[in-house]
Amino acid sequence: MMNQAIHTIPLDWYTLLSSILFCIGVMGVLFRRNAIIIFMSIELMLNAVNLLLVAFSAYHNDAAGQVFVFFTMAVAAAEIAVGLAILVVVYRNTKSTDIDVLNRLKG
Amino acid sequence: MTVYLFAILGFFAILSALMVVLTKNPIHSILYLVLTFFAIAGEYVLLNAQFLAIVNIIVYAGAIMVLFLFVVMLLNLNEETEPHKSVLRKLIAVIAAGLLLVVLVGSLKGADNMSIKPFSQNTGLIENLGKVLFNDFLLPFEVSAVLFLAAMVGAVMLGKKDIK
Repeated sequence: MMNQAIHTIPLDWYTLLSSILFCIGVMGVLFRRNAIIIFMSIELMLNAVNLLLVAFSAYHNDAAGQVFVFFTMAVAAAEIAVGLAILVVVYRNTKSTDIDVLNRLKG
Repeated sequence: MTVYLFAILGFFAILSALMVVLTKNPIHSILYLVLTFFAIAGEYVLLNAQFLAIVNIIVYAGAIMVLFLFVVMLLNLNEETEPHKSVLRKLIAVIAAGLLLVVLVGSLKGADNMSIKPFSQNTGLIENLGKVLFNDFLLPFEVSAVLFLAAMVGAVMLGKKDIK
């Protein structure tokens, strides 16, 4: 059954699906001002890229793509831990998670 | 059958991803994001990548989302504290993302024509992936352990109230 799945679904469908998910993530980063939602949109973009890597890996019969997805997940986990710690510190100093408050580095 | 499964999972993934961006309450956003991750894990199973499907659920839907939920509850965010953006900026965001989608779809069309190898049953299984990970990618694997240590120390240092 799985053997048929690879051949009945064209690879273009997977590129289309992950492009749509990636663009929803980009829209989230531009659309929202809450820093936590922006973090989540970044996670969404990472997942879209992961899906594309797995699809190409399965269609080209190359396990290196899936190992790379494994590393992407590891880096994403580390990034989120540090990012949320930064967010907590920002909230402690400004009492909000609005990214428009964070314009003090502007000259 | 598999085509329908792909379509249903893709529909759920796109719908819940849109809800992540559009819903006002951050807690609801997180729950919709968990739904998106489950749909993507389903797509991994369809691609015969069972190991990554399980890891996706454990790492993303488990660890990362609990971290998000914890921070949202810690900061006591809800609908009333949600900052508002002007309609013009929202319109610009939607147009920019739509244009990016057009460019991506246009440039990725025809990926089908690349050389597609005959399908092998055990590419995404844990035995095969483990062999590749610990033979070809052993150094990156060890470096990622150092990365985790650095991230852990960084998070603890950032979280401290008074750094002497």
